Amino acid sequence: MASALHPLEEQFDDPVQQHEAATLGMWTFLATEILFFGGLFLGYITYRTIYPDAFAEASRHTLVLFGTLNTAILLTSSLTMALAVRAAQEGKPKSVVRFLLLTILLGLCFLAVKGLEYHEDIQEHLWPGPHFKAGLPVQAQMFWFLYWAMTGLHAIHVTVGLGLLSVIAWLAHRGLFSSAYFTPVDISGLYWHFVDIVWIFLYPLLYLIHRYS
Amino acid sequence: MSATVVPVKSYLRIWLMLMLLLLLTWGAAQFNLGKFNLPAALTIAVLKMVLVVLFFMHVRSQKGLLRVFVIAGFVWLLIMIDLTLTDYLTRRSVPENAVWTWEHGAWPAPEQKKHDPR
Repeated sequence: MASALHPLEEQFDDPVQQHEAATLGMWTFLATEILFFGGLFLGYITYRTIYPDAFAEASRHTLVLFGTLNTAILLTSSLTMALAVRAAQEGKPKSVVRFLLLTILLGLCFLAVKGLEYHEDIQEHLWPGPHFKAGLPVQAQMFWFLYWAMTGLHAIHVTVGLGLLSVIAWLAHRGLFSSAYFTPVDISGLYWHFVDIVWIFLYPLLYLIHRYS
Repeated sequence: MSATVVPVKSYLRIWLMLMLLLLLTWGAAQFNLGKFNLPAALTIAVLKMVLVVLFFMHVRSQKGLLRVFVIAGFVWLLIMIDLTLTDYLTRRSVPENAVWTWEHGAWPAPEQKKHDPR
C-alpha cells in the first residue's frame, strides 16, 4: 500500500494497517450519511403511517418507468465502479480510467433521466404549494415534498460522487496509483456504492409500494 | 495488499442477481398483494443492499472491527425508526370527556367504553 508518493505514516505499523484505517474512517463517515438520509426516511415512514391513503394516492403519480430505468443504471454503475477498484488492485491504470469514465457516464445518464422526470413532474403540477395538482388530498403534498427532498438530496450526492470520481480518474490517468497503493480508488468506490444503496430504498418507497394496491 | 482480487465473473454474477431482483420487485408491484406489497418490496431492497455491501463494498472479506462499524450504522438507524414509531403507532385519539375505568384487571378497549354519565 505504500509507494514513493504515499509513504507509510508513522502512526501505522504497516501499509495494510494504513489501508484498513482509511477504510474504517470511510465507513464511519458512511454511518453518519446513513443517519443523514435516515431523517428523511423517518419522515416518510411517520407521515405514511399517519396518512396512508393520501400517500397511496400521491405515490401513484410518480413515473415508475423513469424510476426503474434509473435503478438499472445505478446498479450497473456500481458494477463498473467495482471493476475499476478491481483493476486498481491489479495495477492496471488504463483499465481503472476506462471503468471510472464508464461509471461517470452512467452517473450522468442517471442525472439526465432524473432531470427529464423532474420536468414531467413539474408539468403535472406535482411541486407542493399553492399550484399543486388539483384533485389530490392535501396530505399528498407531504408525499411530494418528501419526494423532492429525498431524490434531490440523492441527486446532490450523485453529483458530488461524479466530481470525486473525475478527480480519481485524473489521478489514475497520471499514474498515481499502483497495486501497492490504491486506497483513494477503493474509498471513493465505497461512497459511490453507498449512493446506490440509498436509491435501492428510494425506488420501492417512492415508486412501487402503492402502485396497484 | 492482503485483499484477494475477486474474478470479474463473480462481479458479473452479483450484477445479474441485482438486475433479477430489480425485475422481481417491479413485477411484484404490478399485483395487488394487499398487506404484502410493502414487506415484499422492502425485503427485496434489503437483499439488494446486502449484495452490494458484501460483494461490491468487500465487507465479506473484511475483519471484525470494520464489520461492527458497518452494522452499527444500520442498527442506529433502526433504533431511531423504532423509537419514533413506538410513539406514533401507539397514539390513538381519545374522545373528549371520555371516562375510562379500570375493571376486571384491564382498561376497556376504546369502542367498548362505558357511556359517559355526565
